[in-house]
Amino acid sequence: MAKQISVFLENKAGRLSRVTRVLGTAGINIRALSIADTSDFGILRLIVNEPDRAYQVLKENGFTVSETEVLAVQVADSPGGLATVLEQMHEENLNIEYLYAFIGTSGNDALVVLKVEDSEKTSAIFRQKGIKFLDESQLYRL
Amino acid sequence: MLYWDKEKECMPREELEKLQLRRLKETVFRTYAFVPTYKEKLGQVGITAEDIRSLDDLKQLPFTTKQDLRDNYPFNLFAVPMSEVVRIHSSSGTTGKPTVVGYTKKDIEIWAELMARALISAGATKNAVIQNSYGYGLFTGGLGIHYGAERIGASVIPTSGGNTRRQVMLMQDFGTTLLTCTPSYALFMYEAMLEGGIEPNDLKLKAGVFGAEPWSESMRREIENKLGINAFDIYGLSEIIGPGVAIECSCKNGLHIAEDHFLAEIIDPLTEEVLPDGCPGELVITSITKEALPLIRYRTRDLTTLERTRCDCGRTHVRMQKVLGRSDDMVIIRGVNVFPSMVESVLLNIPGVEPHYLLIVDRKGNLDQLEVQVEVSERLFSDEVRKLEELGGLIRKDLESNLGIGVKVRLVEPKSIPRSEGKAQRVIDKRNV
Repeated sequence: MAKQISVFLENKAGRLSRVTRVLGTAGINIRALSIADTSDFGILRLIVNEPDRAYQVLKENGFTVSETEVLAVQVADSPGGLATVLEQMHEENLNIEYLYAFIGTSGNDALVVLKVEDSEKTSAIFRQKGIKFLDESQLYRL
Repeated sequence: MLYWDKEKECMPREELEKLQLRRLKETVFRTYAFVPTYKEKLGQVGITAEDIRSLDDLKQLPFTTKQDLRDNYPFNLFAVPMSEVVRIHSSSGTTGKPTVVGYTKKDIEIWAELMARALISAGATKNAVIQNSYGYGLFTGGLGIHYGAERIGASVIPTSGGNTRRQVMLMQDFGTTLLTCTPSYALFMYEAMLEGGIEPNDLKLKAGVFGAEPWSESMRREIENKLGINAFDIYGLSEIIGPGVAIECSCKNGLHIAEDHFLAEIIDPLTEEVLPDGCPGELVITSITKEALPLIRYRTRDLTTLERTRCDCGRTHVRMQKVLGRSDDMVIIRGVNVFPSMVESVLLNIPGVEPHYLLIVDRKGNLDQLEVQVEVSERLFSDEVRKLEELGGLIRKDLESNLGIGVKVRLVEPKSIPRSEGKAQRVIDKRNV
């Protein structure tokens, strides 16, 4: 399982650049990101190489931040690779809150960041079914 | 010490009313004799001091408004020659000509007595260390509190407003036991404590006397919990004397108006009719001991109710409820009266919502719109859009059922709503621009 950093952002000019600059200055590398937005606000979700420090510096700079558990799932980097994983999840009734793709790969596999309702249960089923996902140390080292 | 001046504060009603009648007659006599505006006003209703036989006759007297003060700018309402005036205070004049108020030596003396009563009522003693963070200067808050604090023999730290980091440092180093400032500034200081790594419970701070802006019961709970203190409401306005016109006692069921110096009435702001006790309306005050600037039936624009039932603290003076709002702060949205304090009450009853909010009123087409901005604290935040939207929806529903109008809730980043070191600005009305 991995830690995702989530940041509350108002839909206002310059907010995203501010977050990335704060992280950049602190020497923190962004490995994956996605933004969920509404007309008023957005939620920036980040996978970084040092999540705990990222949380701290963002907080110190006045952002509303939280840490969330997510799964970095390895899927075959070929047509149908993601579909196979999602179908297996569907069979097991595992609901996905959201997902986004990771920059870079792990060996021959593509990486997808998954937020599920129950990450304990999901990871147990993944192990059973042979769906691979990275643990924290592997992920941050990529 | 329970009272500063037991004889006056707990005076039997009958005796108090006799004193009030005598002082009212004197005031009418003096204003008629020395203030041309009052000579004219009183002449119009045909009343002189001799016509006043009971306190009930008060309601026949003419009102005084803020406009009267402006029309007589700067000193024409003064009832004494300038040689007798020892102090002048003034409003900021942001909404027109400033209103100017003057004090004789005796007025200053009475003011200090009233503030002494107020601080004692909030639990202060001569051993108190009082940090006075009301602005010193033309504003009456700073000097008003200061004189009262010295009168009771407390140690005053005259920090005035601003430089919050230093305020908090001095609070810690000097061992402040009582803080005086606006309630919004108290919360701002709390944030500064957290940022400076100061744990409020480690401070010696025991109580706060907060005023100069309306604040709700929920705001009181918020301040008391966060700072770990007892928070008292104080009321006053420069036109009448400044802070100390009314103060809460330990019962916290209303603010005792110093009735040996002021007569209080509640009127319907539209019909100007006097309303019975318990009815909400505009507070009208007559100062009956002021020498430099006596005002008859001054319309305060503050909305509250009066309560004359006996208070457990033993004081016999009438109580006004916490001010609901100023009729100036009230915004009328699609015909509905909305006070920032109503919004505040709703917001602070939702767990995790911070006491920082802003009302933005705008007109789209012909329709007034109210947007309420709420800061998203870490406790409220979720990484899921759906949950944040649910939160916004919950706040909106709560506001709408309490205010009776449609509201848009905008979630904003923490500390993006401007903090105030004095009176907080709660409303931006873009319709007037």
